[in-house]
Amino acid sequence: MLSIENLHVNVGDKPILKGLNLQIKAGEVHAIMGPNGAGKSTLSHVLSGKSGYTVTAGNVTYQGENLLDLEPDERARKGVFLAFQYPVEIPGVSNIYLMKAALNAIRKHKGLPEVDAMDFLTLVKDKVKLLEMDEKFLYRSVNEGFSGGEKKRNEILQAAILEPSLCILDETDSGLDIDALKVVAAGVNSLRAEDRSFLMITHYQRLLDYIKPDIVHVLADGKIVKSGGPELALELEAKGYRWVEEQVA
Amino acid sequence: MSADQIISQYPAEYAKFADALPGQSVAWLKLLRQDAAQQFSAHGFPSLREEAWRYTNVSAIEKKLFSPATSTEIGAIDIDSLNQHLLADAWSVVLVDGHFSASLSMLDGVPDSVTVMNMANALEQKSELLESYFSQAVAAKEHGFVAFNTAWFSDGLFLHVPAKQVLTRPIQILHVVTQAGFMANTRDIIVLEESAEAKVLETFVGCEEAYCSAAVMEVSLAQNADLTLYKLQMEGEKAYHFGGTYVKQARDSRFTHHNFAFGGLLARNDIHTDLNQAAECDLNGLYLGIKRQHIDNHTRINHLQPHAISHELYKGVLNQRAKGVFQGRVLVAEQAQKTDSMMNNRNLLLSDDAEVDTKPQLEIYADDVKCAHGVTVGQLDEQSIFYLQSRCVDKQTARNMLTFAFANEMVEKIKLADLHDQVLEQLLIRFPQVGIQHDWL
Repeated sequence: MLSIENLHVNVGDKPILKGLNLQIKAGEVHAIMGPNGAGKSTLSHVLSGKSGYTVTAGNVTYQGENLLDLEPDERARKGVFLAFQYPVEIPGVSNIYLMKAALNAIRKHKGLPEVDAMDFLTLVKDKVKLLEMDEKFLYRSVNEGFSGGEKKRNEILQAAILEPSLCILDETDSGLDIDALKVVAAGVNSLRAEDRSFLMITHYQRLLDYIKPDIVHVLADGKIVKSGGPELALELEAKGYRWVEEQVA
Repeated sequence: MSADQIISQYPAEYAKFADALPGQSVAWLKLLRQDAAQQFSAHGFPSLREEAWRYTNVSAIEKKLFSPATSTEIGAIDIDSLNQHLLADAWSVVLVDGHFSASLSMLDGVPDSVTVMNMANALEQKSELLESYFSQAVAAKEHGFVAFNTAWFSDGLFLHVPAKQVLTRPIQILHVVTQAGFMANTRDIIVLEESAEAKVLETFVGCEEAYCSAAVMEVSLAQNADLTLYKLQMEGEKAYHFGGTYVKQARDSRFTHHNFAFGGLLARNDIHTDLNQAAECDLNGLYLGIKRQHIDNHTRINHLQPHAISHELYKGVLNQRAKGVFQGRVLVAEQAQKTDSMMNNRNLLLSDDAEVDTKPQLEIYADDVKCAHGVTVGQLDEQSIFYLQSRCVDKQTARNMLTFAFANEMVEKIKLADLHDQVLEQLLIRFPQVGIQHDWL
């Protein structure tokens, strides 16, 4: 599904990612953990095509294609979805309109006809229930005036509707109380499928109690310094990031 | 400049038409007109040297010498195109080239207690009532356009709503200019007595040739009265437009204004309001400039007494070589404690040659007030573009959507469904080059 080889990324002159390697197979759930400043968000931004980052070396291959050659919207149409750490408020663009436009763009890319308005509404309302959201959020402007928790739910709602192949969750758990976290996690778990992969970026081990990863990686100073099973997250939780950094040093 | 130098060619030209002006038999008006004509003769149209006019050069109006229309030629009007500007469910007063057209207007069913009539008639029938409101909210010395208007206005609207009366339908004043070289110079008076409520729409349209439209409106809101005033300025693309709305608000009154400045080669709009105790005003504006349009917005809010509230949001979208101006002034008098004032001006520049001059001014003499102002001038937000792209929207469409959303916020505030659709249509017509699409709506 996704293959990252020796990825080096600069912001301005400053190297942030320094030779990152990562292989994600279809259906796998990977978690990337790491201290602040390790390069976690840079990774999610580079994968989704945000400007402001310079790739100085390395390759990223997604479904056999060079991902870095594609515009952000092309990546999205091909099934790469980023759930934002800080979802952007877009006053004046309705939430439901954006979801419908996005879904139709993906369907067009796949050679499918546009979704019928009634079918779309049925689909959306179904997913809204899954995320325990109020339907009124559909008709409001994208993220405008949403609380932190509502924004995160809205991101997962979009994922549920767009059915991506690669779902990148950038600190989706941060800022959520335990009840909201359970709902968001249930939403993510319902999306798990053989042909869908997840890359969860998180600072806290807590998320992994609710979304069980297949593989946990530790990112420190721009590189994956340790990989293992879910038990690695528990070990990290017990010993702290210092433990990994010391092992590497 | 020598003393005998003629600074404006207008007074001599307009003196020829003075006998045809309405209100000949009204003594107080004659005095006002004389005084205003002298005022204008002495100073002419405003110059760039005046602080309030430093960004807007109106010298072309002086050079062109627009003449008043003496008779209305209804035949020259395309009735169908006129009808498309009229709201379906409104009482209407249509002013063609500055003169009332009874046949085009629709005033059936106006309650007997309410006065809605053209100014020329009102000066015949209601001159005593008018006297207490005329030149009260604004004086001829305000600036050259007000002096000019007072001296030579040809007609207009008089609306008087008695206490506690709530108008069930909006009243629309449709201004049309049909011919090149004409000056339509009109005066409106709106009076809402205690706890009365009304909704009024001013619409300005005209031919594709150069003409000038100057409309001054005075509004008097008694205690607890409520006026929503919409202005839809869609003058022809070679037109000159001046509009001035001057409001006096008694305690607890509410004034909501929605100002859509879309047309004209050069357009200037002034709004002044005086707020007495706990009065409230809400000023909303959207100006769209394309090609070489110059659109100037000037607002002044005077907090004269305690507890008044003013909210102001003006948005501009400027493309190609268009130029926008926003000058917003809020004055808080010494006794106006507990004032709550918020002024915002946001501008979107879509091309390298588009320009905006924005100048918010706060003058505060009271010490227990909440006043805020903000100005932004910029391009579209890159974070928002990226977010939309990450949701499959291509970059150009993302830009179009954000531009539309920026402007549409002001359109969405319109509470009259019919008018909302008209304004939206104008937004789509005026920005075809940014690819705004119907299916986003």
